[in-house]
Amino acid sequence: MDLSYGEELEGYRDEVVEFLGANWPLQAEEAGLGWNEQASLFRERAIQAGYLCRNIPKSYGGSEQEPDVLKAQIIREEFGKRQAPMEPRGIGTMMLVPTLLERGEEWQKQKFVAPTICGQMAWCQGYSEPGSGSDLASLKTRGERVGDEWVINGQKIWTSGAKTADYMFCLTRTEPEQPKHAGISYLLIDMKQPGIDVRPLRQMTGGADFCEVFFDDVRTPKDWIVGKRGEGWLVSRTTLKHERNSIGSTQQTRALFAGLVALAKESEIDGKPAIEDAGIRQRLASLEGYVTAHHHSGYRTLTKDAKGESPGPITMMNKLISTNIGHDIARLALDLIGDNGLLGSGGRSMEGMMAGSQGWISHYMYSLGIAVAGGTANIQRNVIGERGLGLPRDAAAERSSGR
Amino acid sequence: MNFDLSEEQEMLQETVRNFLANECPATTLREIFDGETGFSQSLWKGMAEMGLAGLHLPEEYGGAGLEILDLAIVSEVLGYMGTPGPFVGHTLAGLAIASGGSDAQKQKWLAALATGDAIGTVALAEEGGAWLPDQWSLEGGALSGSKNHVPSAQQADVIVVGVAGGGLALVEKAADGLEIQDIEGADRTRRLCRLSFANTPSEALPEGGAAATRVRDVALVLLAADAFGGASRLVEMSVEYAKTREQFGVTIGHFQALKHQLANMAVEVEPSRGLYWYAAHAMDHLQDESERTAAVAKAHITDRYMQVARDAVEAHGGIGFTWECDVQIWFKRAMFDRAWMGAPAVHRERAAVMAGW
Repeated sequence: MDLSYGEELEGYRDEVVEFLGANWPLQAEEAGLGWNEQASLFRERAIQAGYLCRNIPKSYGGSEQEPDVLKAQIIREEFGKRQAPMEPRGIGTMMLVPTLLERGEEWQKQKFVAPTICGQMAWCQGYSEPGSGSDLASLKTRGERVGDEWVINGQKIWTSGAKTADYMFCLTRTEPEQPKHAGISYLLIDMKQPGIDVRPLRQMTGGADFCEVFFDDVRTPKDWIVGKRGEGWLVSRTTLKHERNSIGSTQQTRALFAGLVALAKESEIDGKPAIEDAGIRQRLASLEGYVTAHHHSGYRTLTKDAKGESPGPITMMNKLISTNIGHDIARLALDLIGDNGLLGSGGRSMEGMMAGSQGWISHYMYSLGIAVAGGTANIQRNVIGERGLGLPRDAAAERSSGR
Repeated sequence: MNFDLSEEQEMLQETVRNFLANECPATTLREIFDGETGFSQSLWKGMAEMGLAGLHLPEEYGGAGLEILDLAIVSEVLGYMGTPGPFVGHTLAGLAIASGGSDAQKQKWLAALATGDAIGTVALAEEGGAWLPDQWSLEGGALSGSKNHVPSAQQADVIVVGVAGGGLALVEKAADGLEIQDIEGADRTRRLCRLSFANTPSEALPEGGAAATRVRDVALVLLAADAFGGASRLVEMSVEYAKTREQFGVTIGHFQALKHQLANMAVEVEPSRGLYWYAAHAMDHLQDESERTAAVAKAHITDRYMQVARDAVEAHGGIGFTWECDVQIWFKRAMFDRAWMGAPAVHRERAAVMAGW
């Protein structure tokens, strides 16, 4: 066990620091540009230098570096310290680009990858439907071939960023006569066309981060399909071997916990700082056990990834672990803010949380959104049970999937 | 950056696990658990021959000169296998003498402890949950008073006793005025005794103060590691049961209610591995953090162990509540790990103080 990065990697860190010193924040007239333009300019330079889009070939606008999870971690650490822009965090970079690189046609990679990774092309994901949540493969949105086009009718829901997206990657039922997993195709759709109706969904926080999307004879060219007809389910499961960020969520959790400790110092119980209250101290220290365990677990996963070994079932558990910690932090925060727990969340959206009581109320509600988004906690438990612990699949799910 | 065990360390775990699987399988463990003394001379001898009695003792005294992390990963395996015997007390006694003893004391004891020919233990707790050095009130010199919850004292040749002022002193097996009484402890793999002293001669360790805090922190780390191993075993046993027990014509692992409970158990336990590794590593390499991380690890993992043990009983249904079911052995080891050296709440409060809260 050696918790230092070693001489070679520390040398690499020095290079990253030197690059950032010279390039971020932007200087002179560039410093006056809007944030998006600044980020775009900076990203181009960081890609040139080999620090961003490391797993993407140069021909598609990436920096094509040897995969190295430790270097990737050093980049995240140093960029994070200086709040320098990383890759755009959208679903396009996280989901579509890896899928295209693995499964896409050459022209699709040429057209879509470069503008997506530098943040000029925004995507949304058309997966869930009102009747197809956990049982996603039962989806009903139809895609029919008419001449040289696909014609799409139906409805998607929980679509984050649909209001601003340029394109959607969308699972559609194109072969209705096939068993449910085999009848789906993965289509790319231009969001700026007639027949698409995007309606924001107002959340319990008052904000609106996601939407319903209605399709009424929406059209997309016949070759805007990734993989073959009926292979959409498999395409949507594509995961590339890339530099998994095993520390990211643990750093956010630690920051949230530090905020909670600060809140306990500011808050009062019976006229004394809440942090002096024996019960509060116990709950904080108990939470710290979870937060610290999660953190070290992240470093173990990082090490395993670096060695090319499997970290084991822990990778399936991380979402549920951070969800559980988020719940506990929310509960303690609500106790600490006392009467301010009567207030609303101020209608905030994901950004700009954590300031004052209303920020904590916002977190109190958002922690539930996070528990549900990307697979509810109960779905996570199924995954852990079946894939992690090797328990048999649920009998009903087994029958319905026909596998 | 290498937050992982070395190949040698993984091999050490593997070797100990294989040895115990052969020498102390379920039937043997059960015999020792139900037996009079909770001690098997042949098992202890075998463990000692593998070097487990002196892993951390200096090589010049016949020990293996390894680090606390190595001790901890062995402790994990012993916890996983439910291994009975004097390992915890013996290891801490050797640690105390190696880090706080005079040359003469080291000469006299360490080589014998390292081979396992002599067995050591520690007598720390006093009435009212006084486990920690700054709480000890037994006056040194000729001892008069008592110590509680001393593990494997019936087998011990030398006892390291915590004394007032946070120091340590040695008492030998047949010392005058020493009386050893068995306590009916829950954990029958690690038997506890109450020691009474009546003008009993003792010999102070010259650097007993520093040794005592190290003994305290290493004890917390070893308990945390044992708890991780034991809790992992309970998850495995429960998963295994769910894969074999049938109701309604299918194995009960098909049912989501149980599947989710098992997933929750795994999620409670699995992340703790890095927590105890880090605490153990800190003992030798990150002095500033070691005291606090040991407290956090002990509080967190032994609490998880106890909860998972309760869940495991439930997951086994009626059979889980019986003496016949092995779950109870680990359940009671969880009780030991949780309470010995102070309950989680005690160490959480210490962690809070150390954080400046």
